[in-house]
Amino acid sequence: MAYAAGVDVGSTQTKAVIIDEGRRIRARSLVETGANVVRAAEHAFEEALRAGDVREEEVEYVVGTGYGRYKVTFGNTQVTEISCHGRGAVHLFPRTRTVVDMGGQDTKAIRVSAVGEIVDFCMNDKCAAGTGRFLGAASAALNIPLPELGPTALRGERPVKITTTCTVFAESEVLSWLGKGKKIEDILLGVHQSIAARSAGLLRRVGVEEEVTFTGGVARNLAMIQTLEERLGVKVNVGEESHYMGALGAALFALDHVRASRAPATAAPRAS
Amino acid sequence: MTAGSGRNGRPGRPQPLQRAGAAAPTWTAGIDIGSTYTKAVVACDGEIAGRALEPTGFRLGAAATAALERALAQAGIGREEIEYTVATGFGRHQVELSDAQVTDLTAASRGACGFFPDTRTILDVGGQTMKAIRVGGGKVESFRLNDKCAAGTGAFLEKTARYMGFGTAEIGPLVATSKEPVPISGVCAVFAESEVINQLSQGAAPADIMHGAIVSLVGRAVQLMKRVRMEPEFTLVGGILRFERMVDVVRSELSSAVNVAPGDLVQFTAAYGAALLGQVRLRRLRESSVAAPAQA
Repeated sequence: MAYAAGVDVGSTQTKAVIIDEGRRIRARSLVETGANVVRAAEHAFEEALRAGDVREEEVEYVVGTGYGRYKVTFGNTQVTEISCHGRGAVHLFPRTRTVVDMGGQDTKAIRVSAVGEIVDFCMNDKCAAGTGRFLGAASAALNIPLPELGPTALRGERPVKITTTCTVFAESEVLSWLGKGKKIEDILLGVHQSIAARSAGLLRRVGVEEEVTFTGGVARNLAMIQTLEERLGVKVNVGEESHYMGALGAALFALDHVRASRAPATAAPRAS
Repeated sequence: MTAGSGRNGRPGRPQPLQRAGAAAPTWTAGIDIGSTYTKAVVACDGEIAGRALEPTGFRLGAAATAALERALAQAGIGREEIEYTVATGFGRHQVELSDAQVTDLTAASRGACGFFPDTRTILDVGGQTMKAIRVGGGKVESFRLNDKCAAGTGAFLEKTARYMGFGTAEIGPLVATSKEPVPISGVCAVFAESEVINQLSQGAAPADIMHGAIVSLVGRAVQLMKRVRMEPEFTLVGGILRFERMVDVVRSELSSAVNVAPGDLVQFTAAYGAALLGQVRLRRLRESSVAAPAQA
């Protein structure tokens, strides 16, 4: 059996996905990126091999993506995460025309064609406002673990209005609301709404066309999904693979290479 | 500047509302409730007699009271001898012990001109704000403010230091040892973390990285100053300006001499300005009570 793999080295977490020739996901893995980026990429790939019970030589082509894609030393080539998220989203949700990817320290709005090609995109490359880091700041200020932020925010009824733009200042604003006696769930709902508003602004710059698919690590957060839907006024697609969308897209690009090399009667040797 | 002038009031001295021209000293207080520190100045006839600083925290009233009490103790007078108290800074409306509130712009301008009367342009770098102010004839003519983005405020240096394992108090001593700044882009205080880590892994010295962060911050400051059409003399305000290196970088970026109040006084500029404004208000009150004949 031949496989293809994608490794997405993000600022916070590294994801790997292995797919078979039928584009079905065979295995996936997730590790913290940490300081040693090369090692994180290797580690994620090894974890995916183990999880899928796949031998390394069975993987014919590996594509690296994410900010650390050039550190995927065993990868055959690199593709930007924008292309990979677009490709992965259209694969899982074929009617996708707009992708919003929220990661550890960046948010991207991507418009894609029916075949998953990038039409336009926009990202926050100068400022961390309204990214996953905003949630990180709230988590640190309130001493609540990241996975509990969403469920806590969903209990909020009277959201506070977060006025700071900068992620650095958000931490003190969150604490000052706490000092004024606001409930934690109301503060957190306000935090989610403020990120949703900023992301919606980014999305409008590329144009919001349905369907909208939500990818990246923050897509696991239920309050983020809800506030984003409220803000955009449309439903967003989220699946179990949303967090792995970049790696999945990379694996699909890798499979293209495998298939292209198969097209002539004789199999081409694996590029390196 | 004569900090701690020897005109301490005697306890129990009666404080009748003096008629204009009377010689008895007047005591005023200025309290500057900043995002990071709360500063209090007690002034006698416009000269600083006591000053103290407390971390602002989240109980603004408590920080203001504590700072004022310590400043009063240093001046050697009781709170009842203060005839007028002016609050400024972001938390000024949450302090009950003041008679009036003025904006940070007004207080910083008045304080800077109090220290250096020929001041025309003020750069005020706070923990979470940066301001450029042009003054003329003792009035604010133009100002520009950044309170939206940490990359243009003291928080940028604080974060950069923290990414390298240094506290805020260590920034000054650390950067004093720098030989050459490492270029730091300074677009975002959050993104600076990856930049700092990359520089450290390439062997750059923390002191040089800190120096680079200061150059980047000062670059933003000069942009802000250009937008108020700056003119000399320049006066620098804010706790960060205690660091000699910071002042050096401003001086070289502006290619001009700059005024900085000595020692920790630079941090008390706005509180001093508030105390001076208290003096002015008090004088006006007295003049109006002279103009209006005493009622029966």
